[in-house]
Amino acid sequence: MGAPERVHVRTTINGQAQEFLIPPYISLLDTIREVAGLTGTKEGCLDGNCGACTVNVDGRIVDSCLVLGVEVNGKKVTTVEGLATKDGLHPLQQAFLEEAALQCGICTPGFLVAAKGLLDNEPHPSEGRIRHWLAGNLCRCTGYDKIVKAVQKAAAASK
Amino acid sequence: MHPFAYVAPKTVEEAVAVLDKHGDKARPLAGGTDLLVQARAGRFNLDAVVDMKSIPELVAIKNDASGLEVGAAVPCYQLYENAKLSAEFPGIMDAASLIGGIQVQSRAGIGGNLCNATPSADSICPIIVHYGTAVIAGPKGRREVASEDFCTGPGRNVMEKGELLVSLKFPKPSATFGAAYERFIPRNEMDIAVAAVAASVELSEDKKTIKKARVALSAVGPTPILAKAAADALVGKSADDEAAISAAGVAAAAAASPISDMRGTVEQRKHLVEVLTKRMVKKAIERARN
Ligand SMILES: Cc1cc2nc3c(=O)[nH]c(=O)nc-3n(C[C@H](O)[C@H](O)[C@H](O)COP(=O)(O)OP(=O)(O)OC[C@H]3O[C@@H](n4cnc5c(N)ncnc54)[C@H](O)[C@@H]3O)c2cc1C
Ligand code: FES
Ligand code: FES
Repeated sequence: MGAPERVHVRTTINGQAQEFLIPPYISLLDTIREVAGLTGTKEGCLDGNCGACTVNVDGRIVDSCLVLGVEVNGKKVTTVEGLATKDGLHPLQQAFLEEAALQCGICTPGFLVAAKGLLDNEPHPSEGRIRHWLAGNLCRCTGYDKIVKAVQKAAAASK
Repeated sequence: MHPFAYVAPKTVEEAVAVLDKHGDKARPLAGGTDLLVQARAGRFNLDAVVDMKSIPELVAIKNDASGLEVGAAVPCYQLYENAKLSAEFPGIMDAASLIGGIQVQSRAGIGGNLCNATPSADSICPIIVHYGTAVIAGPKGRREVASEDFCTGPGRNVMEKGELLVSLKFPKPSATFGAAYERFIPRNEMDIAVAAVAASVELSEDKKTIKKARVALSAVGPTPILAKAAADALVGKSADDEAAISAAGVAAAAAASPISDMRGTVEQRKHLVEVLTKRMVKKAIERARN
């Protein structure tokens, strides 16, 4: 069989309508980074274990390395670039900075998008709930405590 | 990934036709949490992936007086976030809420978990103790296979060329039914079972006697194991009979045929099966009483 035909995908990324013509076998991660040019989303393990590639699709967090780009046709995608507004950083981003919840920063976009997925639905989660929710995100640098504290701080800042 | 086409059929019949045409060169895609990892690792040489999520029947949940039917591509979170289902099908929920992390649970389902047929798969034993049936569609029409007969070896199942899993059907549990599943892992989250046990019981109306029981073992054989002797040790006994529950544990350990590998030894796994069986039977009884 010859190379499969490219597929037309219409999606919304961070509130903006986007259209792509992409090979059907590329991941959502590659679609976001290489096709849409949004390189905030990171590649870690490429097998669903590290969560560095976490994005939000229609209100659910997913590992974008384990989603095909074609699968977001008609869906709404939010990446880390969609967190800050013109008015400034998202409270989670601010809290990560203030709490020094990152060192090398590779895991950070994934943690931010994952944590936002939690706070969007549960504004005041317990520490246990935060740790459970973030179990699919790995960090080799911080030891997690500062990340959890930052999420707690962002939660406390919201009414 | 090896270049493949993406097909999103709207009906089971269309999907069967595509799968039948391509044979080994096409595979169904549910949540992709096994399939895309395997495709990337070069496990297959695919011409096409066939997305099951565009077929309404495959993403539907139907729960009524006759029982529960879960489409083969329903993701885990849609099960455990449903309070009614969680109360009625506790064993399934135990599994759905521990497969991977939250990101994986947004996509992965018990249908994909069953089809993948890993000996350590977390939802298969719970499906078995909830008396689940696999509804399969293929070029010759539909057939139903009891969940305990579905897996035929590590990564292998009863489905033939052109066939796909449509749904999993479960009978409505009685008011005195309870089930539970637990795995042993060295970490708290995101790990593969060293050994795991699912158990279910149906008690008499006064909740004193065990009328029916099932015990199923995971990660201790080439396929999930329905430990009939363990259930036999329980049926007809008082639900407070510690000796019967201990006997079920011993019988389950005897039914296990584990191997030694990097995750654990034969002895450790047999021991885990015995301990977990006792715990899961007690938990199932406790749930049946509440
Ligand atoms: C980080 C990570 C953690 C994980 N943790 C766990 C865990 O704790 N416990 C566990 O058991 N598993 C775990 N898994 C494995 C995987 O997530 C599960 O097996 C999951 O349930 C698979 O479901 P899926 O919908 O993603 O299946 P897919 O990947 O879409 O499919 C799995 C297989 O079944 C086939 N298939 C899918 N749908 C059908 C159908 N309708 N008919 C016929 N064949 C079909 C596919 O072709 C493929 O071969 C983990 C995976 C990852 C990446
Ligand atoms: S790159 Fe996707 S989970 Fe690690
Ligand atoms: S800050 Fe380096 S991996 Fe988390």
